[in-house]
Amino acid sequence: MSEIENKTEHGSMDGATAGTAEDPKNDTGLGLGVIFFIVAFLICFLSGWLLFPKLLYSKHEQPFNFDHVLHVEETGDCESCHYLRDDGTFSGIPKLASCLDCHTDEPMGETMDEAVFAAEYVAKEKEVPWYVYARQPDCVYFSHAAHTEAAGMDCKTCHGPIDETRTSRLYEENRLTGYSRDIWGKSIWGIKKNPWDRMKMNDCAKCHVQETGHKGYCFQCHK
Amino acid sequence: MIHDKKAHKYGMVIDLDKCTGCGTCAVSCMSENNVPFKEDESDKKDSITWMRVYRLTNGRPFPDTEVVYMPRPCQHCGGKGDHGHSPCVSVCPATATDYGYDTGIVSQIYTRCFGCRYCMAACPYHARYFNWWDPVWPEGMEKYLSPNVSPRMRGVVEKCSFCYHRYQLAREKAYVNGTDEVPEADYQTACTTACPAGAIVFGDLNNPSHKVHQIVKPDPHPDPLNPDVVGKSRNPRVFRLLERLGTNPKVYYMSEREWVRKMGDHYLDGEWDKVKNVYGSASHE
Repeated sequence: MSEIENKTEHGSMDGATAGTAEDPKNDTGLGLGVIFFIVAFLICFLSGWLLFPKLLYSKHEQPFNFDHVLHVEETGDCESCHYLRDDGTFSGIPKLASCLDCHTDEPMGETMDEAVFAAEYVAKEKEVPWYVYARQPDCVYFSHAAHTEAAGMDCKTCHGPIDETRTSRLYEENRLTGYSRDIWGKSIWGIKKNPWDRMKMNDCAKCHVQETGHKGYCFQCHK
Repeated sequence: MIHDKKAHKYGMVIDLDKCTGCGTCAVSCMSENNVPFKEDESDKKDSITWMRVYRLTNGRPFPDTEVVYMPRPCQHCGGKGDHGHSPCVSVCPATATDYGYDTGIVSQIYTRCFGCRYCMAACPYHARYFNWWDPVWPEGMEKYLSPNVSPRMRGVVEKCSFCYHRYQLAREKAYVNGTDEVPEADYQTACTTACPAGAIVFGDLNNPSHKVHQIVKPDPHPDPLNPDVVGKSRNPRVFRLLERLGTNPKVYYMSEREWVRKMGDHYLDGEWDKVKNVYGSASHE
């Protein structure tokens, strides 16, 4: 008899003895098993659902708080700071030079945040290392010009009412991918109420199908 | 699928009589597209060269020896009948490469590719390359990478994209100017603009005002003897590589010399004369 056959024989024998030893009326073992299963399932489920997302994302505070309400009041609209360049590319988060159009190393207001800005960045001529909530992965190509100029969309349609925020929220970074949590979205259930809740590839494709009738070829949104 | 009558069909024609084999196209391509390189590039079989320059000779002894250099980017095949059924696109199990019906450009999405290399086996032009290693840039060089092209990681396939990022930028510029039309000069590949001999002409093969259309004069009707072949040049000096396969490349080559044109395919004894005289490029005009 070969070793394998020996093993299978013993295996089936073991199973047979276990089956006969179990008294069908004595089912406390089964009850315990069910309880153990439910408890273990709950532990696994809850840790995966509640604990894992907390572990997955590291939280970062912005270098200092930014008051969009105040700046919109002073400058007018989004395009004063976040504008399209003449060649069609998007300027994104303003560089220090744009800030210096108004600011000097003397704070204009009385907030601590502006004091930090003036002392740490303006005086030292250092760029502010902002965390960008909406930054897409490197393989993604996104054209602001195509959406705002060609399709005539408003900033708020995708970004939401950022002009009404007085404080900068925490930036959450996926520890595995390094991407912002705004890409995958906050809702662990995958519920999306607003366009800015989540912006994965399917979200782009969904809107493109609705608006253009086609989700586009790969290179429309990839580089 | 977007089947727009106004769809572009970007392509190029390379004049092999002008090409000096200097390799500027290959260098400009590498720096434009963040193409990685190895510390030791002496083993060419693993080298990644989106644009590769081949050396062809007529095989004759001195003093009749002639040499031409043939730059070879991705041919951006339209596939049989030019329906977008490119060899690589049709085999990819991950849909990591697709045919853009709006531009005629074959894409490659690195984050989607899982590296099976089926496309490399399918490509008759050896235009696809595999990343055996993660790219390592000499210190400081990563600051010179182009932000418009995403660098590749180990385990994925890459290839020439006809500098698609330049098309993306040209379109953005057009949008700001309030138009949807990309001018010919605004979208040119890196190799085209870099070639010191002006041997490469790039543009929209569907647009009669573009120079590439005027040189190639693509035949909109299928070849009567091989209906898979569409877009054959009506210029007797212009040919494509392995044209009879029906892959319908969008890269055309041009030469005055017959032996060079004959190098574009493998001809059996006597076949060339038939091709040349009956339905080859010479039969037109």
